[in-house]
Amino acid sequence: MSITRRDTLALGLGAAALTVLPFRVSAAADDAIAAFTGGADMADSGVELTAPEIAENGNTVPISVSAEGATSILVLAAGNPTPGVAEFKFGELAGSTSASTRMRLAGTQDVIAIAKLADGSFAKASKTVKVTIGGCGG
Amino acid sequence: MAASALYGVSGFGNWARLAAQQALTQDQLLEFETFGNVSLIHVTDIHAQLKPIYFREPSINLGVGGNKGEVPHLTGAEFRLRYGIADGSPSHYALSSGDFASLAKAYGRVGGLDRVATVINSIRADRPDALLLDGGDTWHGSYTCYHTEGQDMVNVMNALKPDAMTFHWEFTLGSERVQDLVEGLPFAALGQNIFDAEWDEPSELFKPYEWFERGGAKIAVIGQAFPYMPIANPGWMFPEFSFGIRDEHMQAMVDEVRAEGADLVVVLSHNGFDVDKAMAGKVTGIDVILSGHTHDALPEPVQVGQTFIIASGSNGKFVSRVDLDVRDGKMMGLRHKLIPIFSDVIAPDAEIAQLIDAQRAPYEAQLAEVIGKTDSTLFRRGNFNGTWDDLICDALLSERDAEIAMSPGVRWGPSLVPGDDITREDIFNVTSMSYPNAYRTEMTGEFIKVILEDVADNIFNPDPYYQQGGDMVRTGGLGYSIDISKPQGSRISDMTMLATGEAVDPAKTYVVAGWASVNEGTEGPPIWDVVEAHIRKMGTVTVGDNTSVKVTGM
Repeated sequence: MSITRRDTLALGLGAAALTVLPFRVSAAADDAIAAFTGGADMADSGVELTAPEIAENGNTVPISVSAEGATSILVLAAGNPTPGVAEFKFGELAGSTSASTRMRLAGTQDVIAIAKLADGSFAKASKTVKVTIGGCGG
Repeated sequence: MAASALYGVSGFGNWARLAAQQALTQDQLLEFETFGNVSLIHVTDIHAQLKPIYFREPSINLGVGGNKGEVPHLTGAEFRLRYGIADGSPSHYALSSGDFASLAKAYGRVGGLDRVATVINSIRADRPDALLLDGGDTWHGSYTCYHTEGQDMVNVMNALKPDAMTFHWEFTLGSERVQDLVEGLPFAALGQNIFDAEWDEPSELFKPYEWFERGGAKIAVIGQAFPYMPIANPGWMFPEFSFGIRDEHMQAMVDEVRAEGADLVVVLSHNGFDVDKAMAGKVTGIDVILSGHTHDALPEPVQVGQTFIIASGSNGKFVSRVDLDVRDGKMMGLRHKLIPIFSDVIAPDAEIAQLIDAQRAPYEAQLAEVIGKTDSTLFRRGNFNGTWDDLICDALLSERDAEIAMSPGVRWGPSLVPGDDITREDIFNVTSMSYPNAYRTEMTGEFIKVILEDVADNIFNPDPYYQQGGDMVRTGGLGYSIDISKPQGSRISDMTMLATGEAVDPAKTYVVAGWASVNEGTEGPPIWDVVEAHIRKMGTVTVGDNTSVKVTGM
């Protein structure tokens, strides 16, 4: 087939350099978790993490966290090259132990929230946030 | 009209048996023993189809994970077996695929909002305060809707007097136009999941729910707009808004209306059927979900816990009537009928017919112009391809001089049967949108695989919350194999250039033409011009079987 160049060359589907596979948990994320918890066990309940299932814009993904009785909550983007997103600290006079922020996700990956509770124990929640090319919806 | 056999009736399990005993008359299509004290009328995904059309249901609609083999993922003979529908019956024609072209000749066109009006009026004659609820995808999908920016549909729908509506493609009119239209609506515009993008707070333009008093019951109707609007459609057209499923917020809204004394909680949803099923399993306290988006038509409700999910089809082909017995703060019973709109059987409402003709009058010459003819059934629905998209991909390959064509896996677009003329209206019915530019660009084989894997995961991710409710992107010039049971990144294999039989080289660059890009600034002629030029050259169109996608893992 001969290809002639027409005058209307155009943008195609997403120019973003997405990769095929979801981003794996990076070693840096494991290190950050270990540094925060000192290797302690983490309960599966006790921290609420709200994040979209599919990011509307991977460059600014809104999330919120809350954990009753938390003294601090660590938020990680487990697959980002630099996984640390935020560490929220709550003083004794804090009216509510919840916080929200926006993060940039390099691709589909797990967002992790770990709360340190007043009794020194830890609780963890994680959610997969998908970053997609988009288009083609019904 | 080869009237015989059946139509449908309420109840569970007896749909076809009862139906098969009936002749196909308007009275029998509308027959319904009024039940309880509340009636809901559900229409959804009309896609601007004012006039009767043909609409072929899919023959391939695969379910994954927990939805494998479950409705609505049964098609053709399997669907008929599930509901006891006789081959060749009107229900076969209305609800399932198989023998479409010959049944279309026998039973004729379906839909038409003037016929829908007759059905609504008949229900209101039984129950004057029945609630009419529109699930959205109403202001999109035709020549007149495109040229009036949705005004034709707003005019006609307003005359039907809905009580509430939710949204999807409406947003592709752009946020300014949406705001203008929504502010003028004489009924509730709902979406508990429509948020202000900047502040991440509920949007002021759309209420989460609306209250109604009917039959002595306090009813809350909560709206759920399409969750993945800025992902599946161009977010740059409505940057002020954010969506998402937001099931925690849905639960909060249900709890709020229950605390305020709701006897009945109805969700008017554009989630898509599998997402609604999943949401019904997580959010407690919803009595009825009126489900839209994935264009499924089911003759019986699907129950999840204490929630009943009603799927009412698309393109004006069906109206659902749901009668409810609501007493002592609770829903005690439900009677449902999916009413197929056989347009040769149901008389048009004269007033609405006239209003529809008035919307079309300024465009009649353009609409009616015959561009070509078809020897084949032209249809869209199916997970991997349809003959309309095969034709569109052929048009892109030849008119845009490309090696590979891509056409989006949307589910709207009526069908044509062999022998039909192809008019400009028909072409717009399957291509109309506010971002129609047919781009031409270069992509590496590797990037093309990334796209196929990405779109496949939007359909075949086993968790419905990660599904966007469309079908697979259609490809022209390119064949591939797909194992739908695999995870993202390993579903697609054997990508082959159909012209040469050569394997697609990940490192090589290919010329790709497509349309409906969600990227701002996409250039190229509108897709309808591309398709029109192609059909003019062809004269009469014949589309053969497409075997370019090999599917496994079902």
